[in-house]
Amino acid sequence: MSDSSDDGARPKSGVSRRGFLKGVGLGSVAIPAAGLLGGSVVLAEEAPPKPSGPKVFTGEIPIKLRINGKDHDLKVEPRTTLLNALRDRLDLTGSKLVCDRGTCGACSVIMDGLLVTSCMVLAIDAQGKEITTIEGLASGDKLDPIQAAFIEFDALQCGFCTPGLIMATKSLLKTNPHPTREEMQDALSGNICRCGTYDHIFAAIEKVAGGARG
Amino acid sequence: MRTNLADYECLTPGSVREALEQRATGRKLIPIAGGTDVMVWMNDGHLGKVGKVYQSLHALAGEWRYVKTDTEGNLRIGALATYSDVRHHEDVKKNYPMLVHSAQVTGAIQIQNRGTLAGNIANGSPAADTVPALMVYDAKLRLVNASGERVVELSEFFTGYRANVLKEEELISEIILPKPRFAADQQYYRKVGTREAQAISKVVFAGANDGKGNVRMAWGSVAPITLRSKKTEDAVAAGAAADDAWAILQTEITPIDDIRSTRDYRLKVSQRILADFLGKVHQ
Repeated sequence: MSDSSDDGARPKSGVSRRGFLKGVGLGSVAIPAAGLLGGSVVLAEEAPPKPSGPKVFTGEIPIKLRINGKDHDLKVEPRTTLLNALRDRLDLTGSKLVCDRGTCGACSVIMDGLLVTSCMVLAIDAQGKEITTIEGLASGDKLDPIQAAFIEFDALQCGFCTPGLIMATKSLLKTNPHPTREEMQDALSGNICRCGTYDHIFAAIEKVAGGARG
Repeated sequence: MRTNLADYECLTPGSVREALEQRATGRKLIPIAGGTDVMVWMNDGHLGKVGKVYQSLHALAGEWRYVKTDTEGNLRIGALATYSDVRHHEDVKKNYPMLVHSAQVTGAIQIQNRGTLAGNIANGSPAADTVPALMVYDAKLRLVNASGERVVELSEFFTGYRANVLKEEELISEIILPKPRFAADQQYYRKVGTREAQAISKVVFAGANDGKGNVRMAWGSVAPITLRSKKTEDAVAAGAAADDAWAILQTEITPIDDIRSTRDYRLKVSQRILADFLGKVHQ
């Protein structure tokens, strides 16, 4: 994980080491923003010019992401995951980078109404989609009821998995406001808590759902 | 180290027709559907030799993302239908319980919302969770190219470890399941993994008996491909006892030691799953 992590100390503003490295020697070609998985472009580095056909680009490309109801313009390399774009370009560090392979759920966000692991989505592929992150749940100082319940029921220890678990809970309750314990387990099965706080998490969900069903 | 995607080309066709025309040029294009395998390779830096060309099928969802029952009663699953689409579909829940079960134990919600069953098949992992269930339901695959199509049996699709009969110019367009014919209590699905969710199977099995001499048994993670144990099926259909069936099954499966389990453990678990299956279905 260490090599692929972009989690190194990065100031809120100013030039980070990574930012500096990225800024050197990477000419970015202005092209219409289009997704690797969604637009009509061909990715190739140093590809020989083609007589015709799709456009070829290198380096960083400009994209637009809609996150928590707000549009963001940013530049990313094609390989940048949505998670890395959130954390490293937009300072939305609530979504956590842990496994980087869709296994732990710590980076879960809601994209077009569906829970996804943002490490498994390319940033360029997330264009045109409505993305909700943990930062989008509270309104001002008013916590989302799920966040409040997690605090009330002490549903965390180290807290690293918590944003992902709250997003998974949010996704569950949106389609199933009164889940059974079994339905909760299914919905949260992609989110791993190594502190083992699951029982408190389920208690918190039951509180929000107004008691357990079945 | 994460793979530099800029080292790879990725074609992004806007329609099925365009995708098939791109494939007809003779280039080897690796299709991407939900990307839940490809993204892992990328994040791990295992995308393969620089210069490989990928083809994203993302924009084909309008044409190929569906689950429906046709007028003849067959279930049709479009190549871009996700696990979530399948496991929550009313017709699937009613008629193909093992498909619901197998989709539910594939990864977890986040993966099920992105991954596709057709991608699971094309990826060709012998540990694929939905493939044994699909085989027991006698699934067929529609393979299309720019000038036509053909239909092949899923049980004859795989030719070796991650190898299959799909040609470079072809894509899987849909999975076809014949009308359901097994009673609910004559269907048996079992996945044995390290934990309930987010695990890759050590052994995965689907089996069913229609009570009219048709027994289906399909196994994953115990051979280079997901396979139907046809000799064992025949023996069970003829009323073989568990010990005799096990003796035959051992001639059909070839489990190995690997990162997830051992040959010995897989044999033991297969034997017990077989006995459990035979105890639960009529012979």
